[in-house]
Amino acid sequence: MSAPDPALPTDAEIRRRQRSRSIVTAALLFALVILFFAISIAKMM
Amino acid sequence: MAGLPADWRDFWALTKPRVLTLVVFTGLCGLLAAPGHIHPVLGFTAILCIALGAGAAAALNQWYEADLDAKMKRTRNRPLPAGRMERSSALQFGVGLGVFSVILMGLAVNLLSAAILTVSILFYVLVYTVWLKRRTPQNIVIGGAAGAFPALIGWAAVTGRIELLPVLLFLLVFLWTPPHFWALSLFVNSDYAAAGVPMMSVVAGTRATRLQAFLYSLPMAAVAVLPWPLGLAGPIYGVAAVALNLVFLWLATRVGFSREDDPALMKAERRLFAYSIVYLFATFGVLVVDRLWFA
Repeated sequence: MSAPDPALPTDAEIRRRQRSRSIVTAALLFALVILFFAISIAKMM
Repeated sequence: MAGLPADWRDFWALTKPRVLTLVVFTGLCGLLAAPGHIHPVLGFTAILCIALGAGAAAALNQWYEADLDAKMKRTRNRPLPAGRMERSSALQFGVGLGVFSVILMGLAVNLLSAAILTVSILFYVLVYTVWLKRRTPQNIVIGGAAGAFPALIGWAAVTGRIELLPVLLFLLVFLWTPPHFWALSLFVNSDYAAAGVPMMSVVAGTRATRLQAFLYSLPMAAVAVLPWPLGLAGPIYGVAAVALNLVFLWLATRVGFSREDDPALMKAERRLFAYSIVYLFATFGVLVVDRLWFA
């Protein structure tokens, strides 16, 4: 069995990146929901 | 690195956050200086759309220029040349962000500001990045218009019209761009030359660049002061604009008539570049204070 190539990313690093991107995406989507709600209220006023 | 998804910070870096601060500031000043009222939420949305549109244009610029960025010290650590992101990710991010910013602006604010935002994104990407940058030393002169749109968009977001004052603000940023960028290009000349970008300093030499930077600062100063005699701004702005422009002209004169060829010794050029940023923030900031004071 050959040793893992140190130039390739580890599974843990890939998961860490995916997790941080998911958290940022979720936060942005939540912010957009709030913004769209606020815009709707502002347009009605 | 192959197989590793790009970090969210790399997407953030694609938007050129430092440039965004100036874009957002001039857009906000255009919005605050405009007569009339806009609901704070819609005003915030307008500024957000300006920022998202500028970020989209910056991402598409980096997508197209990845090969150039890799050759310059100043830009080689950006996400694409450094290999931290796939080119297709940058393209999708830029197109998605740009389309989203225009649709949101059109639906939440008004169609005129959405139309100007569209023109500004397309101008920066197609006219400046794709067409002019690699072809002519006039690249940043004409391309400077792209950075001049935010004040116009901010004003249009409030009024739904284009009037003389925002056109003057547009012209001010347009005429400010050559001395600002040519001061920079004088002391990073070798970087641009290595990348094969036909900046004025590379094609026409440092003497011609110095002179042209100085010459552009003359109409820039005239346009900057003009709102005062035209009655579009009051004495607070008038006095501040005269003072700010006298300093600019003094620094531009020093650059214009300097004979220094060693980038390491180009203090006057570094000063003009640094001051030009402060100058633009200060001029727009004072205009807003003046307009709100006399409103």
